[in-house]
Amino acid sequence: MATAIAQEIVIEAPLDVVWRTVTEPDQISRWFVDDVNVEIAPGGRGSVTFRETPSGPRTFNVTVVSVEPQRSWAYRWNHPDGAEATEHNSTLVEFTLTAEGERTRLRVVETGVEQTSWSVQEQDEYAADHNRGWTTILARLDGLFAGERVAS
Amino acid sequence: MSDERLWAAVGEPSRRRLLDVLVEVGAATPTTLAKRLPFSRQAVSKHLAVLLDAGLVSAQREGREVRYAVRPERLAVAADEMSVAAAAWRARMLVIKRIAEESHRAERDAEIGRAHPDR
Repeated sequence: MATAIAQEIVIEAPLDVVWRTVTEPDQISRWFVDDVNVEIAPGGRGSVTFRETPSGPRTFNVTVVSVEPQRSWAYRWNHPDGAEATEHNSTLVEFTLTAEGERTRLRVVETGVEQTSWSVQEQDEYAADHNRGWTTILARLDGLFAGERVAS
Repeated sequence: MSDERLWAAVGEPSRRRLLDVLVEVGAATPTTLAKRLPFSRQAVSKHLAVLLDAGLVSAQREGREVRYAVRPERLAVAADEMSVAAAAWRARMLVIKRIAEESHRAERDAEIGRAHPDR
């Protein structure tokens, strides 16, 4: 059974605005990766790049699995170069939008995080890349209460 | 499903700094905490109220002041929920929310401007 991370947030904006925010490459680069080199269309293949990580620029393969305009889209990423994205070598990320009057509920589910070949160090870097503000407390919490991973 | 209050409580950078200090000292009054942070005592009390509401800290009256302490079991839950990817997505979603709401406001204002060019 793959581990899934599911999260929801309600946004004070109409659905079409949120849809553009989560699908247009120049918008995606504002909240996620620096470069989006993939067409957001079913079957689209390409890559995304984080320009600045502790280990320099990092590029990940991406395959768009499905796009249902104004409703949902999903992609697989982090599969090895040249390989087809499958449930065994990549994680699946699904965005689902639901209109709630003037507001929009955004749900994101990432499935298969534990199946990626990332080392613990890579996972830590991944966290550091995207959560600079979170890492201090998280590292401390981990160190204090999990008793295993020690903050460096 | 993650606990919204928990996320909201730790989603604010000032509160994470406060939690950091509290984790370090174990238990403290707002006055003590305010000395170690660049916030007023009132701001510290406000943040503590949010953390208390999320169950991340406990409060115990001590004379005229209240002494706050971290609740390890709740912090463990928070840490667990904030597994690497979950925290990454939560952070991203909060940014998506901000961007979409800003876009929406900008578009709405532009529309009002068109409808009432004299404004």
